[in-house]
Amino acid sequence: MSVLVDKNTRLVVQGITGKSGAFHTRSCMEYGTNVVAGVTPARGGEVFEDKVPVFDTVHEAREQTGCNATMIFVPPEFAADAILEAADAGVELIVCITEGIPVMDMMRVKEMLKASNSRLIGPNCPGIITPGQCKIGIMPGYIHKPGNIGVVSRSGTLTYEAVWQLTSRGHGQSTCIGIGGDPIIGTTTLDAVQLFAADPDTHGIILIGEIGGSAEEEAAAWLKENCDKPVAGFIAGATAPPGRRMGHAGAIISGGKGTASAKKEALRDAGIAVAETPSTIADTLLAVVK
Amino acid sequence: MNIHEYQAKELLDRFGAETPRGGVARTPAEAERVARELGTNQLVVKSQIHAGGRGKGTFTNGFQGGVHLCKTAGQARDLAAKMLGQTLVTHQTGPAGRVVNHVLVAESVEIEKEFYFAVLLDRATGAPVIVASREGGMDIEEVAAKSPEKIIREAVDPAFGLQPYQTRKLARELGFAPQQMRAACKLFAALYRCFHDCDCSMVEINPLVLTKGGQVLALDAKFSFDDNALFRHPDIMALRDVGEEDPREVEASKHHLSYIGLDGNIGCMVNGAGLAMATMDIIKHHGGEPANFLDVGGGATEEQVTEAFKILLSDPKVKAILVNIFGGIMKCDIIAQGVMNAVKAVRLGIPLVVRLEGTNVELGRKMLAESGLPIASASDLDDAAEQIVKLAPKE
Repeated sequence: MSVLVDKNTRLVVQGITGKSGAFHTRSCMEYGTNVVAGVTPARGGEVFEDKVPVFDTVHEAREQTGCNATMIFVPPEFAADAILEAADAGVELIVCITEGIPVMDMMRVKEMLKASNSRLIGPNCPGIITPGQCKIGIMPGYIHKPGNIGVVSRSGTLTYEAVWQLTSRGHGQSTCIGIGGDPIIGTTTLDAVQLFAADPDTHGIILIGEIGGSAEEEAAAWLKENCDKPVAGFIAGATAPPGRRMGHAGAIISGGKGTASAKKEALRDAGIAVAETPSTIADTLLAVVK
Repeated sequence: MNIHEYQAKELLDRFGAETPRGGVARTPAEAERVARELGTNQLVVKSQIHAGGRGKGTFTNGFQGGVHLCKTAGQARDLAAKMLGQTLVTHQTGPAGRVVNHVLVAESVEIEKEFYFAVLLDRATGAPVIVASREGGMDIEEVAAKSPEKIIREAVDPAFGLQPYQTRKLARELGFAPQQMRAACKLFAALYRCFHDCDCSMVEINPLVLTKGGQVLALDAKFSFDDNALFRHPDIMALRDVGEEDPREVEASKHHLSYIGLDGNIGCMVNGAGLAMATMDIIKHHGGEPANFLDVGGGATEEQVTEAFKILLSDPKVKAILVNIFGGIMKCDIIAQGVMNAVKAVRLGIPLVVRLEGTNVELGRKMLAESGLPIASASDLDDAAEQIVKLAPKE
């Protein structure tokens, strides 16, 4: 009962020996994620935490451990290359946590991934978690609970907020996907809702968006035509001034496009219940889930 | 990051994108020298500030207009003397205006026709796109809204760049005559190279002009740079003029805090950009006005929290502060300790509401309650917003 990751996921961590790479790998292992390998160039042969072998390349890690997902903690100037390396090695799921990758680099990555079978989540994202089975990312594991609500979000802490609201009301999550706050990302809001729509164990969807771009509008248009599951949405940034980048590189209203009000309108038009404040995200969904 | 017009001109020159001849001056004597070297009697002297509406602006010394035409080098010197060191107020600067430290002295060209030309990132496709129009010199949003058929879009493959045939296609669609095509194509190709090589998120030329003499020139340029890529462009980073930026934002950037000043009186400090925006929204929802966006990041340290308080308090408009932290990786008791230390360090004298959620939240709330400091604790986000709106004076 999940999408993309579960107890069979075999994770490699690119940048496992760095400070935050090591910290979050430990936290994923404590949660129960099956971390089978690490990659840091020129550190091959080391062993992380007495049990995870470190390789110089993703190709070696893939060959020797059969890893099928990667978590990337490589610094922004090298992260695009790390994504391409993982794709070339045939790793099916690439989760890139790194914030601050140049847009020009991501344009090339996006173009090159079209010819590959790998799926990218992120960059600049908290990651993906199937509660009780597999956590790939920096989210606090304990706020989640296994269940039937799918969550997709462009923001980190705002997702935790919504998940915590669900969990404290006794409702668990099938999978939560943080797709990231950059203007160019791998898995989009639309891709994520399509996965949830096709998952028999996801009974309701929470869609958390923010100003900038048109990802929420595209997802809403698809949901309207193709999905009967209850959906609740929240859009952050109603009070954001136009033309300013609000923390996330992708959160910017440019040329009068990507406003919160236009996005909310698109959600409502698709029959999606819109939460007016961030404190009512879970309740808005629970009111329509029967 | 924004840059000055003369810097944009220098950048375009470097890529072979032709602009009207001219140069920057910091003194009246320099302005005279630049004007003389141009060897023309059609000159323009332009005040350099990061704001639009310069031509219609007024200097606080009473001199009208930040952009003037003139005929001689002596006149250019006199105009520069009236602008340099003076404060120019335009509809975009606010009443305080901006001090003019540079003027651009350039040849004033006779315009035959104006165009709009921009290279930017198309988020829907994740690739660059050229947007162009025959309706130059106008607000492109307006053109797009009123007559979308006048907007030309040409997608560019990010792996291969703008192809020569695409520049020819664009030139013809914009109505350039056969004898002007070579110059137009050369300019388009140079503008794309500049966009790509400088890691821009947008290069906007409005207007791009055909002169009466048959030249094709970039007359005015607006650059947006991708902040994520500035690390590999020290030369562009050097163009930053902190004198043109909000001093609170400059201070925040020194401490790796993401801060944007707004007009309200309720200061906010939040971890995470999405939650920070949502916090501003909920303050507004309850009838208050946020004074800022401030994201202290997922792993904020005590020092960063203290600096964030200092920045909030340096704004005289801030009359109340709301702290909203979802403690995930960082535990709530640690955050509570950081807030308490910061409140003591800055001797906080205005109402403060703290909303914590996450790991060890009970302990964190208890610490705040027993601290003896004037900190109100909120049970949830709604409660936090209601409390702070009640505590902040009405504007």
